[in-house]
Amino acid sequence: MAISVKDVQHIASLACIDLDAEQQERFAKQFNSIMEYFKELDGLNTDDVEPTYHVIGLNNVFREDAVGESLPQEEALRNVPKQDKGYVKGPRIV
Amino acid sequence: MSDVIIGLEVHCQLNKLNSKLFCGCSTRQQGLEPNVMTCPVCLGLPGALPVINKKAVEYAIMVGLALKCKVAEHTQFYRKNYYYPDLPRGFQITQYDYPIASEGVLTVDTDGEERTVRIRRVHMEEDPGRLVHQGSIETSKFVLVDYNRSGMPLIEVVTEPDLRSPKEARRFINKLRNILEYLDVFDGSLEGALRVDANVSLKGGSRVEIKNISSYKGVERALLFEISRQHSMKRRGVKVIQETRHYDDERNCTITLRTKEQAEEYRYYPEPDLVPLSVKGWEPRLRASLPELPDAKRERFKVQYGVSDNHARVMTAEIRVANYYERVAEKCEPRMAATWVADCLKGELNYRDRDVKDAFPPGKMIYILEQLKSGAITDKGAVEVIRTLLDEDGDPKVIILAKNLAKVETNITKVAVAQVLKENETAIRDLRAGKIQAFNFLVGKVMEKTSGRADPTEVNLLLRELLECT
Amino acid sequence: MPLYEESVHKTLDRIRRSKLNAFITITGEDAIRTARGVDDGAVKGRLAGMTVAVKDCITTRDVPTTCGSKILSGYVPPFDAEVVARLKKEGAAIVGKTNMDEFAMGTTTESSYYGPTKNPWDLTRVPGGSSGGSGAAVAGLECRMALGTDTGGSVRCPASFCGVVGIKPTYGLVSRYGVIAYANSLEQVGPMARNVSDAALLLDVISGHDPKDSTSVGEADGAHYTDHLVENARGLTIGVPKEYFGEGTDKRVEDAVWNAIMKLNKLGADYREVSLPHTKYALSAYYIIAMCEASSNLARFDGLRYGLRTGKDENWHTTFSRIRAEGFGEEVKRRIMLGTYALSEGYYGKYYLKALKVRTLIKRDFERAFKDVDVLAAPTMPFPAFRLGERMDDPLSMYMADVDTVPVNLAGVPSVSVPCGFAGKLPVGVQFIGGFFDEPKIIRTAYTFELNTDFQKLPGEF
Repeated sequence: MAISVKDVQHIASLACIDLDAEQQERFAKQFNSIMEYFKELDGLNTDDVEPTYHVIGLNNVFREDAVGESLPQEEALRNVPKQDKGYVKGPRIV
Repeated sequence: MSDVIIGLEVHCQLNKLNSKLFCGCSTRQQGLEPNVMTCPVCLGLPGALPVINKKAVEYAIMVGLALKCKVAEHTQFYRKNYYYPDLPRGFQITQYDYPIASEGVLTVDTDGEERTVRIRRVHMEEDPGRLVHQGSIETSKFVLVDYNRSGMPLIEVVTEPDLRSPKEARRFINKLRNILEYLDVFDGSLEGALRVDANVSLKGGSRVEIKNISSYKGVERALLFEISRQHSMKRRGVKVIQETRHYDDERNCTITLRTKEQAEEYRYYPEPDLVPLSVKGWEPRLRASLPELPDAKRERFKVQYGVSDNHARVMTAEIRVANYYERVAEKCEPRMAATWVADCLKGELNYRDRDVKDAFPPGKMIYILEQLKSGAITDKGAVEVIRTLLDEDGDPKVIILAKNLAKVETNITKVAVAQVLKENETAIRDLRAGKIQAFNFLVGKVMEKTSGRADPTEVNLLLRELLECT
Repeated sequence: MPLYEESVHKTLDRIRRSKLNAFITITGEDAIRTARGVDDGAVKGRLAGMTVAVKDCITTRDVPTTCGSKILSGYVPPFDAEVVARLKKEGAAIVGKTNMDEFAMGTTTESSYYGPTKNPWDLTRVPGGSSGGSGAAVAGLECRMALGTDTGGSVRCPASFCGVVGIKPTYGLVSRYGVIAYANSLEQVGPMARNVSDAALLLDVISGHDPKDSTSVGEADGAHYTDHLVENARGLTIGVPKEYFGEGTDKRVEDAVWNAIMKLNKLGADYREVSLPHTKYALSAYYIIAMCEASSNLARFDGLRYGLRTGKDENWHTTFSRIRAEGFGEEVKRRIMLGTYALSEGYYGKYYLKALKVRTLIKRDFERAFKDVDVLAAPTMPFPAFRLGERMDDPLSMYMADVDTVPVNLAGVPSVSVPCGFAGKLPVGVQFIGGFFDEPKIIRTAYTFELNTDFQKLPGEF
């Protein structure tokens, strides 16, 4: 199925990325040709194949319930562009 | 309210763990400055990786077992992808397919009727950070974020929509909380330890999800409001929209949050940084380690201590009360102990809105009951000591002396009774005329004369004796 | 001036005079301090005083780490990646952070916010990617060794284009803690150097279990890959996967690779043709998986806790969307959105799940092949380095360049790329691929080949 400009808008909103009209058009075109290429997988029968989520096959990796070191507040906030009394300051929700 | 359908999603912090779910930051959350209990992992700094806390998995299995669930053969963590300022990685590590436990039950006692609530699943996930708004969420010009809470280990218990009233929902949550405290995986008295999302609909109507309920009382209030709102719409012929509403505890109402128009798409997929778990083999060991749970303890109390069903229920409704009682019952007559713990102490604590862990130690209660038994103090005196201990602390022996609570000698009571009869001839006449209240009046007078320290039972006996003689 | 300190100064000079643009940040002072320590005898270790460069998607404490992106400009991490900690423990003199395709998404290093890196063999051509800065720096004598990351060929491609050695280790061999993720189920940190010995030494240092990475394995613990620097090809059976040759592969590349196989044959190795029948589906499977994982891995970049934060704050969705639009380049935006699309409601089974099943088939192809042969030999890249700007307007043609490298990442197996000839004046690489944890075999093969050939060259005067 073809990806429309409206689809691109929806995806961009889900991905939290602003796109202008020209970018939306361009991406729609590119996405269609890329997804067209991926279509070749449809021809491969994988009905009885298990997906590989983890390639090495490890299981049951844990850590003990021990307290380690936390970052001091200045280090944790070192890269925060907007702060307020130790809090990270962000844009309003609504 | 038989047309009400309620399902709950209860999030409980496993705050009895030492460290967070995926990193070694401490789970201590009380009295902290913002952003002092974080590390690259729970801050979501690029490149940092999660590692699973083994004990958290054990606790989750124990919760599943206590709720009579099936423990999964294989379980896996997933990413739930969405954007929000409290979510440092832009996804929450949670469980989707293959939760740690599923298909359990919890019975709830609603007004004498035992109802079964089915548990759909129990799964593990991490807490996001905490948002602080300036004013309300709708009017705040900015948001402040504290990531101390980010990464705290959570158990989510999801029920089938089997609950039928707000009261039942509250009872359910109380019982769940109780079980978790019995398992010693959770301390419900800490702030933020328990949060509830509720799904409510009227039969035939759309389902509304209510988020942000953070207290036990809040659950009942939020549900009452929402049900009333839906009923009102139904009466007016207005259709209820399927949506997510935010519960505002201060204003006691649910509101629509106008954030995004579209439904959230979470794009769940298995977390590549965490490998799958095969933990069914832990079940026998963990099952054997389960402590005695509330229902079993209640029945044992009735058999072992001979206490009433009501007393047993009250005392096993909280593990700390049950443990307290058993310490007292070791040294004192169990049924007497039950009365004083379940009725008096619990009553006084409820009145003061306090937890038994703030009460005086069982040793002091034992002393009081011993004094009572030997006749050194009266019931009234015992109550007074208990109240004083709760309000001011201290040594019961000293309190008895200081407040002059020692029961007066029988001689003194006799003298007081004789005096009262002499001074209240009108009352005696009324009594003989058939006015039974006059007897109580006379008892009261004697208590007055002895500053409340006479033993009411003795007073009764002596009055009757002397009245007969006269 | 003392020995190591002078040597490091020379290297730093070369970097500063360089036309390659291989570095984003130069950590000259730290490197000199370490060198002095080595001269004093205070600093010891297997890499003592050796100049090492680190790809800029690998976290370095107190040193800016940008991933080649505008959105991380100014980000200074408060911790070291595990591999960096191991470098420091062994006394390495880290000279700087190398240029890369933005967030490791690319095959040419042209998508870097900090400008493209040039190929030392021809400044009008790409050095390969995404670890192009590391490849160029090694080839251009701007460091002795470098760390890159290989998600779909990003260590082996620049190794091939720049005429140096690059290893993509078995998945899980090297800790990913501190490596800023592009596609976490596919990527590994890999050593790059001018010869197999140095690459093996660097692999010794960085490999081994790390409890901070749940996907890291202990198979390398106590292992010394330098023990396998043995000149011996006798008894080795080389498999030649037919799907890696033929249409789409430059004839000069094919010839160079076949010459390499013949050379090893003369040295005592057997060879035979094998088939990895699902190879043609690898590119699609790779890109679907990588884009899906990337869309989630890059969700944390919203300007709130680090990085770019410009303009006035409106509501959170609007503000973050604007910051991400400004901070991410075209290719990154493309992959995030395609990944978001492929994971979304209704498409998960068709794309992501399907790709993971194809991955199983590709993994099985390798397993089957390794029952009969010890290592596989194939071209690393189907052609030599192309010109800067040549493929920028056609993303799909760019993706196609990865056709020989991505199957290895999907299967999780190790591969080493070594120079095996020239196409005109441009280097050509051959990759030796092994089964899980068969680094010893591929290192031995590569070392034997290198010793008996003369392709270890430097790109002229710099």
